[in-house]
Amino acid sequence: MRWLRWLLLLIALLVVSVSGWLLFGGSGSRPTPPAASKIAAATLRDPALIAKGEYLTTVGDCAGCHTAQGGARYAGGRSLATPFGDIPVPNITPDRETGLGDWSFEDFWQALHSGKGRHGELLYPAFSYTSYTKVNHDDALAIFAYLQSLAPVHQPTVAPALAFPYSVRNSLKAWRTLYFREGEFKPDPAQSAEWNRGAYLVQGLGHCNECHAARDTLGGTPRDVHLTGGQIPMQNWYAPDLSTQKNGGLEGWSAQDIIDLLKTGQSARGVAFGPMAAVVSDSTQRMSDADLHAVATYLQSLPPRAPAAEPTSPFDAKALAERGEKVYAKHCAECHGKGGEGVAGVYPPLDGNSSVTEPTGINATRMVLLGGFAPVTAANQRPYSMPPFAQQLNDGEVAAVVTYIRRAWTNQASVVRAEAVSRYRHTPIE
Amino acid sequence: MNTNASPRHAKPFGVATLFAVALLYGTASRAADNPPIPDTLQQRIAACTTCHGVHGEGSPGSGYFPRLAGKPAAYLARQMQDFQNGLRKYAPMEYTVRQLPPAYMREIAEYFAAQRVPYGRSPLPAVSAATLQRGEELIGKGDPARRIPACSSCHGSQLTGVEPSTPGLVGLPYDYISAQLGSWRTHTRATVAPDCMAEVANRLSESDITAVAAALASRELPADTHAQPAGSVTPPLDCGVLGATGDPS
Repeated sequence: MRWLRWLLLLIALLVVSVSGWLLFGGSGSRPTPPAASKIAAATLRDPALIAKGEYLTTVGDCAGCHTAQGGARYAGGRSLATPFGDIPVPNITPDRETGLGDWSFEDFWQALHSGKGRHGELLYPAFSYTSYTKVNHDDALAIFAYLQSLAPVHQPTVAPALAFPYSVRNSLKAWRTLYFREGEFKPDPAQSAEWNRGAYLVQGLGHCNECHAARDTLGGTPRDVHLTGGQIPMQNWYAPDLSTQKNGGLEGWSAQDIIDLLKTGQSARGVAFGPMAAVVSDSTQRMSDADLHAVATYLQSLPPRAPAAEPTSPFDAKALAERGEKVYAKHCAECHGKGGEGVAGVYPPLDGNSSVTEPTGINATRMVLLGGFAPVTAANQRPYSMPPFAQQLNDGEVAAVVTYIRRAWTNQASVVRAEAVSRYRHTPIE
Repeated sequence: MNTNASPRHAKPFGVATLFAVALLYGTASRAADNPPIPDTLQQRIAACTTCHGVHGEGSPGSGYFPRLAGKPAAYLARQMQDFQNGLRKYAPMEYTVRQLPPAYMREIAEYFAAQRVPYGRSPLPAVSAATLQRGEELIGKGDPARRIPACSSCHGSQLTGVEPSTPGLVGLPYDYISAQLGSWRTHTRATVAPDCMAEVANRLSESDITAVAAALASRELPADTHAQPAGSVTPPLDCGVLGATGDPS
């Protein structure tokens, strides 16, 4: 039996060395100093390139994450909460000590395209390089030139606060094998230039799939899952499926509806709210009409979806909805209409509204609790607003009215229970 | 759009016509059911008025949704800006104002500043006469030994506030005043530096907070509750908010 003992020892050694490589193995590399960069310093100062980069940085909504509440734009200084711990958002202004001041374009490309830091360390995918890898070289250069043109802000990056084993960066090796495919966007020659532009923006810089697809327990999005909707971790909002075709989350939306929502914050079909309100205000409203059309063209090509399972009612949904109808008549009908038709350009319809009927009921519940203004955009600088009902309605009443609007008119979504309302009432507001 | 006219994209007219018809139909049937939505600021700011009252009168019975009516406009605009920047912490307010542009906040502030509605009386805690006396002392004289200035030295001789950035204190509920003084001490309420009110709040003892809040809340309202004109007081402390106009910028 001597050979068996040897075999066991060999296996044990293999396990130790493989896991050692996974956990601690070097993936290090040295930064490229700006002086050694293939990109001439003068190139980065080209005003046309900087202007292009500013537009692309806006399209990518980089400021959305890289700016702290009340802080300088792009100076980081905050953390992103994830189910695995808090991930610091770095300063991307060209401050030499705390920002990208000493970065070359090669370093930046390695981060954006390959998800690796300056020293080759693996970056946490809260930085959405799973999408940004599709951004092409010229656009990345323009973005880098713009970021380097900003006024440097001295703002040290806060320390990560991740649980083990996520605190070991090399645990990302396994994650990357599962969820990350490095590579620029490859145009589909069978499609129009406009479609390809839309696909490039949506899949790449726009990083729409980072919210609009479900993440699994490891925080990744399986490769074949594309814009099918999902709950945003930690934030407790549901980013809907974006297919406009049969059973899609935006079923029946025209190209113009999509453009209107992205440009003005609202369309005939609904209003952007929660995290999407910020995306519209900071980013999409500033996109060119050509790019908005391209995005709409691409989204309209997303395939039809399988029908959702018939919602089952674990208890008497009818009584709940009847109670909700009374709440609706008292508090909601004045603005949203008895038939849930809304008021064009002012209040969104609730009938056929994907935010009302999304699978979880989170969005309607939180909208009732939080209310709020429609996005502020150049086209809508003094938006109307919805009252927050958190103070006026108890959990049971919110559950009743949300259940009612999810099942009234042509809507056929699942019930929402008071326990869920209680949970979302206490979700921290990001 | 859709320069590559594929069959699926070739029907913009049909869709547009249908949409227009649906829109007209929707509007017509709505008009029969409901009056049209007024194009007024009051209608637009339902998110504000549901807690603070249509005329900014505050929520009766809850001291925590303060009266806004008649407070100086620059003060109100500054508060919205402070919530946006996270200097003041209250998640529902931060959420509500997070996106609002300066001009809109200014308009909303001016709306509430211009409202004139009677003050309500809110419940007072049972405090001793000595406590009320201590409160009155702080209001009128302060406590020089602890470098606490009199409330009236900044908030006006009648405590009705001073234009453009200093709010009135009379007519506010006990709960609200004591909660605000507490929140300056716990850093959930702050404003631009130097934050003079934070300094004052930190010099007050807990019993002083009870005393001054109770004394303010039990004061009779003066006949004229308008804020005093700008420049009518010389604040004893250096205050960031008074250096600025309060305009969000």
